[in-house]
Amino acid sequence: MGTQKITIEPVTRIEGHAKVTIHLNEQGAVDHAYLHVNEFRGFEKFCEGRMYFEMPMITPRICGICPVSHHLAAAKASDELTGSTPPRPASLLRELMHMGQVIQSHGMHFFELAGPDLVFGFDADPATRNVVGLIGLDPALALKAVGLRKFGQEIIRILGGRRIHPNFAVPGGVNKALKAEEREQILAGVDEAVATIQVGLQLIKGWAAANMEDINKFAVFPSGYLGLVTPDDGLELYDGAIRLIGQDGGQLERFDGRNYLDYISEHVEDWSYLKFPYYKKMGWPDGVYRVGPLGRLNVAKQISTPLANEELKIFKALNGGKPVENTLYYHYARLIECLFAAERVKVLLDDPDILSNDILNTHKDFKGVGVGVLEAPRGTLFHHYWTNEMGQLQRVNLIVATGHNNWAMSKAVDSVAKTYITGPVITEGLLNRVEAAVRAHDPCLSCSTHAVGQMPMVVDLVDPSGNVLQSLRRNA
Amino acid sequence: MAKPKISSDWIMGCAGCHMSLLDIDERIVKIAELADIRSTPVTDLKEPDESGVDVGILEGGVNNTANEEVAHKMRKRCKTLVALGDCAVFGGVPAMRNFFTIEESLRRAYVETESTDAEGKIPSDPELAVPTKVRSLDEVVPVDIFVPGCPPDPDVIYYVLSELAQGRMPEISGDKLHWH
Repeated sequence: MGTQKITIEPVTRIEGHAKVTIHLNEQGAVDHAYLHVNEFRGFEKFCEGRMYFEMPMITPRICGICPVSHHLAAAKASDELTGSTPPRPASLLRELMHMGQVIQSHGMHFFELAGPDLVFGFDADPATRNVVGLIGLDPALALKAVGLRKFGQEIIRILGGRRIHPNFAVPGGVNKALKAEEREQILAGVDEAVATIQVGLQLIKGWAAANMEDINKFAVFPSGYLGLVTPDDGLELYDGAIRLIGQDGGQLERFDGRNYLDYISEHVEDWSYLKFPYYKKMGWPDGVYRVGPLGRLNVAKQISTPLANEELKIFKALNGGKPVENTLYYHYARLIECLFAAERVKVLLDDPDILSNDILNTHKDFKGVGVGVLEAPRGTLFHHYWTNEMGQLQRVNLIVATGHNNWAMSKAVDSVAKTYITGPVITEGLLNRVEAAVRAHDPCLSCSTHAVGQMPMVVDLVDPSGNVLQSLRRNA
Repeated sequence: MAKPKISSDWIMGCAGCHMSLLDIDERIVKIAELADIRSTPVTDLKEPDESGVDVGILEGGVNNTANEEVAHKMRKRCKTLVALGDCAVFGGVPAMRNFFTIEESLRRAYVETESTDAEGKIPSDPELAVPTKVRSLDEVVPVDIFVPGCPPDPDVIYYVLSELAQGRMPEISGDKLHWH
């Protein structure tokens, strides 16, 4: 018997199209597993020739799960490009919309996409291991999850007119002020959102306590970590400096996002449409790092809101103050950030500037080039535009959140495959663990390839001449 | 009478249409009562039942060989096919790629972009789907119901789902065609 290959396609309960191939050696052990991101749309090319001010409407179509990230990053790049700094109330309102998105995206991922693995178990029947199954098993919890997502989505709708692909941020500010009654409406939902997130935190803590063995052998590995921070190195999602730390937790860089090209490069592999960013000074692959909830909590020293900060202390203690390396703790970190976002909504709504009508800077000092950076739910997002003197785009460069985690997802898939797939019999549950390695990162593959998708799963064991030796399907 | 089976998938879209579906909020419980929800991007079954489903829903247009396969399989296995959202209905924003050659788009992304290192190359592994011209869904397979919008309004999606789940054909006209 020669080498064999297993294919998992599509990977489900993630956003985007991907498949996993697992190559087995002569002895039937895993030689290497690959995550192939299987879609390409080409936003960087087809935006050429458009006007810069169209970008806050075009680029959200990169991703319908976190459209606000692209909407705001495009607006921030356009602020720079036109030399039009938004007034403070406009920045507060943009951040408020961003918090709405973090809550809906993180909340949905935990309860609706990843949660079923935790509630039902990795080996549960795939026909019920999903959000519909959750409605049947625990309708009260399912409705709380629906309510949390709705709370975040309604913040976006109240500000931007619609829940998905809103029209709100414009170069130099926003197009609508917040009314007093709208402020009250959002405020009325904060406590319930916080309570639901705390239910989630109890759930993940209970699950972690009962599944410590899995947590400690499921894709645990060192890497660098990268994310935005406040001036005192606290967690920051909308605007701040970028902090990069090494695998021991020591700071490697702290830089202005506008200068990202001096610090970050992208590597291309032939087997994926998703590029692999890395820290330039250390080169590929030594300079790999992780972003998103785990990356950000490893990079941040504290959180400015009290409940989330208490949770951060517990999180930091997991590895004695060193960076937390366990892939499955992404779920835990995601909920702590979600708690921060809910608390932050209240802080923003209590700011005396939040109801101000000073929301647009109409003064322009046209520069023709601009970089917009923020923390999307899944990690650091860069939009970089160059225009001609009319404002027509000549070049566009995007580095999208999930892209930074491409190495980590690939490494996690390989690691989990090697840890769990050891014998000749491969079960659906084992393959679901391999998918869960991808799912933990909450990848947004539409975003990352400026493309989108989903996956069914067929696993074929194929010998070197292409004969199917065993076929395992997860269809109906 | 058995509940009608519904399957959905997303191809060249942004997931926004499925997010708008989730924006029906609590009414998802009603849909789960009326219909048997089979393979979808947010559940774990990987493809529509081989024995067939009553309703197939596709978000997104078709821009590569993998999307073509998904579209053909869904068409073959469902009785009524719904094109959900602007990309499926007429190509949407991603159809802007048709102003350029596929080669130009790939070169920009994987070779020329300022952050791509000197070893950039266009991925071409046989495991990957091959990009094609961007097409609406009905340029590839026959479609029964068109629901435009970027994304379609959740109320319209709820109307379409609840009608189909009760064996009726939804009519998309008037206010149901407005999405903005």
